[in-house]
Amino acid sequence: MQWETVIGLEVHVQLATQSKIFSGASTAFGAAPNTQACAIDLGLPGVLPVLNEGAVAMAVQFGLAIDAEIPETSLFERKNYFYPDLPKGYQTSQMAQPIVGKGEVEIVLDDDVRKRVRIHHAHLEEDAGKSLHEDFHGMSGIDLNRAGTPLLEIVSEPDMRSAKEAVAYIRAIHAIVTYLGISDGNMAEGSMRCDVNVSVRPKGQETFGTRAEIKNVNSFRFVERAIEFEVERQIELIEEGGKVVQETRLYDPDQDETRSMRTKEEANDYRYFPCPDLLPVMLDSAYVEHQRSTLPELPTDKRNRFETDLGLSTYDAGVLSATRPMAEYFEAVLAVCGDAKQAANWVQGELSGHLNRENIDIRNSPVTPEQLGGLIQRVLDDTINGKAAKQVFAALWNNEGQSADEIIEARGLKQVTDTGAIEAIVDQVIADSPVQVAQYRDAEPEKRGKMIGYFVGQVMKASRGTANPQQVNSVLKQKLDEA
Amino acid sequence: MHQMTLTELARGLKAGDFSSRELTTSLLDRIERLDGNINSFITVTREQALAAADAADAARAKGDDRPLAGLPLAIKDIFCTQGVRTSCGSKMLDNFQAPYNATVIEKLQAAGMIGLGKTNMDEFAMGSSNESSFYGPVRNPWDETAVPGGSSGGSAAAVAAGFAPAALGTDTGGSIRQPAAFCGITGLKPTYGRVSRYGMIAFASSLDQGGPMARSAEDCAHLLGAMAGHDLRDSTSVARVVPDYLAELDTPLAGLKIGLPKEYFGDGLDSEVESAIREAIKVYESLGAKVCEVSLPHTHLAVPAYYVIAPAEASSNLSRYDGVRFGHRCDNPVDLEDLYKRTRAEGFGDEVKRRILIGTHTLSEGFFDAYYRKAQQVRRLIRQDFLDAFDEVDVLMGPAAPTPAFDLGAKKDPVSMYLQDIYTIAINLAGIPGISVPAGFSGKRPIGLQILGQHFAEGQLLNVAHQFQQATDWHRRSPTDQETN
Repeated sequence: MQWETVIGLEVHVQLATQSKIFSGASTAFGAAPNTQACAIDLGLPGVLPVLNEGAVAMAVQFGLAIDAEIPETSLFERKNYFYPDLPKGYQTSQMAQPIVGKGEVEIVLDDDVRKRVRIHHAHLEEDAGKSLHEDFHGMSGIDLNRAGTPLLEIVSEPDMRSAKEAVAYIRAIHAIVTYLGISDGNMAEGSMRCDVNVSVRPKGQETFGTRAEIKNVNSFRFVERAIEFEVERQIELIEEGGKVVQETRLYDPDQDETRSMRTKEEANDYRYFPCPDLLPVMLDSAYVEHQRSTLPELPTDKRNRFETDLGLSTYDAGVLSATRPMAEYFEAVLAVCGDAKQAANWVQGELSGHLNRENIDIRNSPVTPEQLGGLIQRVLDDTINGKAAKQVFAALWNNEGQSADEIIEARGLKQVTDTGAIEAIVDQVIADSPVQVAQYRDAEPEKRGKMIGYFVGQVMKASRGTANPQQVNSVLKQKLDEA
Repeated sequence: MHQMTLTELARGLKAGDFSSRELTTSLLDRIERLDGNINSFITVTREQALAAADAADAARAKGDDRPLAGLPLAIKDIFCTQGVRTSCGSKMLDNFQAPYNATVIEKLQAAGMIGLGKTNMDEFAMGSSNESSFYGPVRNPWDETAVPGGSSGGSAAAVAAGFAPAALGTDTGGSIRQPAAFCGITGLKPTYGRVSRYGMIAFASSLDQGGPMARSAEDCAHLLGAMAGHDLRDSTSVARVVPDYLAELDTPLAGLKIGLPKEYFGDGLDSEVESAIREAIKVYESLGAKVCEVSLPHTHLAVPAYYVIAPAEASSNLSRYDGVRFGHRCDNPVDLEDLYKRTRAEGFGDEVKRRILIGTHTLSEGFFDAYYRKAQQVRRLIRQDFLDAFDEVDVLMGPAAPTPAFDLGAKKDPVSMYLQDIYTIAINLAGIPGISVPAGFSGKRPIGLQILGQHFAEGQLLNVAHQFQQATDWHRRSPTDQETN
C-alpha cells in the first residue's frame, strides 16, 4: 500500500526579551542555577505577575509577518498541573483566545517548489524551569532560571507531508523569528523546540490517521530523523495488523528512535481557566499598525527581491537570504561595490569559506562588509587581478591592513596593464627558458595551450602577481608563436 | 490608651502626652498579659515594633508630622512581612519567613506605622469563624464562648480587645465585614482594585481585597488613604487617584438616598439583628436621609456562584504549596507523588482541602461549563443587580451577618458556615466596596450594620459611616470597659 505522512508542528520560540514574561528577572542563558529566579519566578506566596509588553510586541510582529489576524482581545489562562520545575503548579498560557490568529508561512523545498503552510494560531506562555536528574544521588535538582522565560508557541495546521517539508517549515519559522529579531533562534540552547504530530494514512484517504506527538525535539536534524523513524514505526505497526494509539512520545537521538511517554488515557486534565491575576490584553489598530511599521523586510520578500531585482540565481538568493545577518552582510557589500553577482560570489565563496573553516559567525567576521566591498571595487576596476584579490582578502582577514587600497598600495599589488612593461617581462622569461621554448615550438598546436601555463606562471611570478593575466596570455602567445 | 482611636492617639503623640515607645510598650504588654485567652496573634514582633517606635519618636523630635507616624497596627498574617513568619494560619506556612514586604506593608511602613505582630486567621482565609486556623480558634473579646468571625478574626478581636488601635484585614467573601460586625468594630472592604494585592497571599484572586479594621470610620479613612493606590506590581490594581477620604467625612447626609435590599431582610435573619438594623436606619432618617426598598433579585445565587468561583481560583492558587521550594515538606518522601500527597495532606487543614477538591472538580473537563462558566454568568447578573440599584439610590444598607457571633464549635456543617456570608459575598462578586459599623448588641454580642456603595465610592461610605458614628456611640463601646486596670 502507498502511505501518506501527515505532520503538524508546534514550535516553541523563546522570545529575546531582556526580562521574563511576568517578572523583572533576567532571561540570559547560562547563569548559575537559580540565580535568575526572583520571588515571582519562584512562585512565592503573595506574588503577582505583570505582563512584559516587549513579549506582546514580539508576538504581534510575528503575527504580522505571517499575515495573521491579530485579535483585539487575547486572554491568559492557567494550565494546571504539578511538576517540580513548575513553581506555581500552573503554567500561565493562552488557550481560547490567543494573541495571534490564523496565518500562513511559505516554505521552499529542494527542487525549488514552494508551498504554503497554514498556521492555526500562535500564543504566548511562560517556560518552566529545568529538572536535572544526574549528579544528585537519587534526587533531582531544580533550576528555575528558565522559569518564566517568554515563549511564543506557533501551532501549524497538519499541512506537511514529509520530514523534509517539516524541516523546511521549521527553517522558515527560524528565518522569520531571527529576521524579526524576536528570538536568537539558537536551537542548541533551547531557543526553538518542536513538538511534532505525526500520523500516516493510505494515499488518497481523506481522514487523518491516529497521531502520535513527539515532544521536545530540538534540532533540524533530529526533527527529520524523529519523523522518519516514527513514520516507519506507524506503517509497520499498521501493516502488521496493529493500531496506532494516540500518545506522547520522546525522540532519543542516541538510539535514533521514539519511545512512548504517556498515552491519552494517562493525559492530564489541565483545568484551564482565565488567569484572574492578569487583565485581558487589548490591542487597538493603532498599536498593531505601529508594530507593522517596525517590521523589517522578511525572508521571503528578500529572497524574491534578490532573484528578481538583483538577478541572482534562485540558489544564491536562497542562501543569501537564509539568515538576517547573512542578508545584511551581503547587502552592505553590495552597497559599497554595486555589483550583486560579484558580491554574491565573494560572500558565498571566499568569506563563507573562511568563516566556516574557523567556525566564526558572520556577525563577528574579521572582514567588514565595507572592506570586502572596497576589495571587490578594485577587482571591478581592474586595479588588481583575481589572484592579488585573494591575497588582499587574506590580509584583511588577518587584520594586516585597514582597507583593500591600503594593502594594495603597501604590497605593490596594483595590476600591471602597461603593454610595454609586460612585453619586457615576457621577453626576459622567453630568454631565460630556452628549453621550454624549444619544446613549445616543437609541439602540436593543440597541445600548446596547456604548455603556455608554465610561461604565464613565470611571468606572474616575475611581476609578483601584478601583471594582468589576460594581457600576459596574449603577449606570450604572440611572441612564442611568431617564430 | 488601649481604647483610644488612631485619631486620638495621633493627637496624644503630637501633644507629647506619651511617646510612641510608651504606647507601643503598653500595647505589647497588654497583648502578653491578655492574649492567652483571646489568641488573636500568631506572632508578636516586639523587638521590631519597639525599634520602629524609637525611630518614630526620634523622627517626631526632628519635626516629622506624618499623621500615622508612630501609631501601632496589627497585621493579618496573610500579608507578607519581610523576615517575619507569614503563616496564613496554616501549618503549610508555619516555617515560612517572607523574604519581601507586601505593597500595603511597604506603604504603611513608609507612613511611619508600627507593626505589633501578625494576627490569627482562618487557614488561607477560608472560614467565617476563625476556627480553621492551624494556631487554634480566636475567642470573641465580648464573649469568650463566641467566635470572633472570620477570616480576619484575629485582627477584629485584637482591635476589640484593646491590643491594637487598628488592624489590616482581607475580605474575599466577607472576611473583614463579618468579623468587624461580630467584634463591634468598623471594617471596610474597598472596591476590588483599590488596594494592591501584591504580597497578600492569594485565596481567590478575583475577589480578594485588603482593607482597614479600626475603632471608627474616621480611622478607616486615615488607613485607607495610606493603603490605597495603583501598584505596578499588581495588574488588577486600578490607576485612579486616591481621594482625600478625610475631607469627605463631614459632608451632611440630608437628601442621601438609602436603599434597603428586601432580600437582605428575609428568612434566616435574626430578629434582634433586624431590629438593630432598623433602629440604625431610623438614625439615618433623623439625619435627613431618604429610605426606600430596593431589590437585588439574584441575591440567592450569590453563595452558590461564590462557592464555585472562589474554590476554583483557590485550587489553582494553592498548587504552589507542594513541598518543593518553601513551607511544609513531609518527612522522607519515597518519590515525587509521595512528596506531593503527604506534604499537602499534612500541611492543609480540612476546610482548605474541601475547597481545593471543590475547585478542582468544578474546573475539570466536562464540568467547567456547568459550574465555572455558569458561575461567571451569575456573577455578571449579580453585579448588574447592584448597578441597577445604584441608579435609584446612593447607598445600600442591611445587616453584615444574619446573626450575631455564634458559639465556638456551633457550626459543624460547612454549608451552614457558608451561609454566614449570605449578605457579604455578593459584594465581592460585584467588586463594590462595603463597610460594617457597630449598630447595637444582642446580649453581650455586637451587631454590625453593613453599608454598600458604588465602585470607588469609599469616600461616600466612610462619610455615611462617620455621620452615624457622630450620632451614636456603639463604636465607642468596648469589652474592656469593665476592666479594673
